[in-house]
Amino acid sequence: MNRELFVHNSIVIRNSKVYKNGQLIFEAETDLSISKFLKKIYKQQELKYPKFFKMDNLSKLGYLGVELLTHGDIQDKETALVFANSSSSLETDTAYAETMNEFPSPSLFVYTLPNIMLGEISIRHQLRSENVFFISEDFDPGLFVDYSKALFQQKKVVNVLCGWVDLHNNEYDVFLWQIALSGGKKFNEEELKKLYLPTHE
Amino acid sequence: MKGIAVTGMGIISAIGRDIEETHLSLKYGKNGISFPEILPTKHKDLPVGEIKLSNSELSELLNLPEDHSYTRAALLGIYAIKELLENSAYDQFPEDTGFISGTSIGGIDMTEKHFYDYKNNPEKRKYIQAQHPGYTTEKIAEYFGLNGMITTISTACSSSANAIMMGAQMIESGKLMRVIVGGSDCLTKFTLNGFNSLKILSTKNSRPFDNARDGLNLGEAAGYLMLEAEDCINGKTVLGRVSGYGNANDAFHQTASSENGEGAFQAISKALKKANLSTTDIDFINAHGTGTKNNDLSESVALKRIFGDKVPYFSSTKGFTGHTLGAAGAVEAIFSLLAIQKGEMFPNLNFSTEMLETGLGPVTGFQKKNINTMLSNSFGFGGNCTSLIFQRNE
Amino acid sequence: MSDLHTELKKSIIEQLNLEDMEVSEIENDEHLFGDGLGLDSIDALELIVLLEKDYGIKLSDPNQGKEIFNSINTMADFIEKNRTR
Repeated sequence: MNRELFVHNSIVIRNSKVYKNGQLIFEAETDLSISKFLKKIYKQQELKYPKFFKMDNLSKLGYLGVELLTHGDIQDKETALVFANSSSSLETDTAYAETMNEFPSPSLFVYTLPNIMLGEISIRHQLRSENVFFISEDFDPGLFVDYSKALFQQKKVVNVLCGWVDLHNNEYDVFLWQIALSGGKKFNEEELKKLYLPTHE
Repeated sequence: MKGIAVTGMGIISAIGRDIEETHLSLKYGKNGISFPEILPTKHKDLPVGEIKLSNSELSELLNLPEDHSYTRAALLGIYAIKELLENSAYDQFPEDTGFISGTSIGGIDMTEKHFYDYKNNPEKRKYIQAQHPGYTTEKIAEYFGLNGMITTISTACSSSANAIMMGAQMIESGKLMRVIVGGSDCLTKFTLNGFNSLKILSTKNSRPFDNARDGLNLGEAAGYLMLEAEDCINGKTVLGRVSGYGNANDAFHQTASSENGEGAFQAISKALKKANLSTTDIDFINAHGTGTKNNDLSESVALKRIFGDKVPYFSSTKGFTGHTLGAAGAVEAIFSLLAIQKGEMFPNLNFSTEMLETGLGPVTGFQKKNINTMLSNSFGFGGNCTSLIFQRNE
Repeated sequence: MSDLHTELKKSIIEQLNLEDMEVSEIENDEHLFGDGLGLDSIDALELIVLLEKDYGIKLSDPNQGKEIFNSINTMADFIEKNRTR
């Protein structure tokens, strides 16, 4: 099977702005701390998921991105999650390591793995499906294309949710999109680059 | 022929520096739990499964130059893979041999040692990149001149089980002819303090599946298997076969397992389906069985859901080695293959009373038994649950 | 309400990231876990850290936490009796 695949929707969170399908849907003051910025999105979207406040910032970014992308509803519980970033969970690893000198923090320690973010998304949407988190130096469209295509070819899935969710030194870069057998733009490296890059200053 | 052939293995853990010593420890119930001597921690009262070889001793045994930059996980990994190589039909691994290595900790030990030196001591900066788990894998690959497909899997305590699963898939799909799979993890302050902050470390030797269990002991180990496609076997001894695997997310909690063991249930179900086996085909289970209240109950519930009243013989070997995190899946894959080869069930140490909730009791003493099919479970933080099935080579 | 009660509520709100919660909204006898504040197992572990960090009390058995962390009242009682700082 080598059917064509399509990108449904996409979300970009970057520079205090949120874009859906290329359109700016939310903007905050640029001098806000990341926690405050994320809380603002949460409030503006009128989300009700108190667990949000317990998450580390990487998980918050992933959680919010998925909520915005899917309107909080992933109907196909076999949807695969294919995620990647460059800085792993380094931000939380460092924060936890700092607490080790005195009182190691359990609530930080449990977030010292990037796949905890996939765990949080799986918990929120009750997904027990295929999930993978790659670490690559930069956003690598080819990696997403190859891996997602293989999942479709093996007939493991009919829906894939992809995400590049990076966070380092308070700088964040989030790009999420859904792939299915029909829908909007063609799913290939060129289109992915275009969706990822236009707002990338 | 069913499943992917395992044609070699190598291991180092707190109960032995090679397959033979490991087997004898398992057979005679000799655990490797002690207090930390090599790990520089203030928690000297927390028992661990520590390998009593310092990094410099390991380096000497491996004839490495003094200025090397191997992490402890890399040193342990090389040590184990050297045994694998010695027992294989190769003088050196063919260049196209794939390498898939699981690790949870990677080179955090080096960050702990040298972080504060980086600023003023340029010599130590070679360790900055060691923090990345891929560094450890690449150093091991470099040592053995491996140039094929090389990748690292880090999914906490199911890392090396996932490495085995991925290797088997790569051979099945024809992408690789031959691949070394497994994992390596060392003790660190990061994990010891982290698990301690979760209050899941026991101050005694862990007692998996016991009603009075009160936590796990951390351990360190490296274990690797050689998986080969049929065309490469050429009369080599096949130690066993990877015939089933399954992975599912528990979707319950960042670190804890669900009450109904859903992730474990789904992983085991998928593995059985992949191997085309029914529940009655499983002769013996190497359980994840960490010794925490939460894991052992959740896993027991999952076992009862799968097997009903007829839960097969099962045992957790964590009482021997401690919980070796990212290496555990590979270590226990090797124990499973030994069980099949030797026709032996290794005991679940320190068990005395069945837990009230399930009434399940593991194998508590060494027993001879013909074993054709083994199930091995590995469950990781983030809800990442993996089950593997190993079978006798027919 | 004693100072200790107020102090505890403040640090619980801060340490456990109970966003938008005010000291006045937490009742002294309200359950902290379950139906009350809805704290989870990791919050319980953070409370153990809080006892040690702020009051010098080391819990050897985490199961003790269940009774101690029942409510602000039970926590305050326990701290009064056992505090070393």
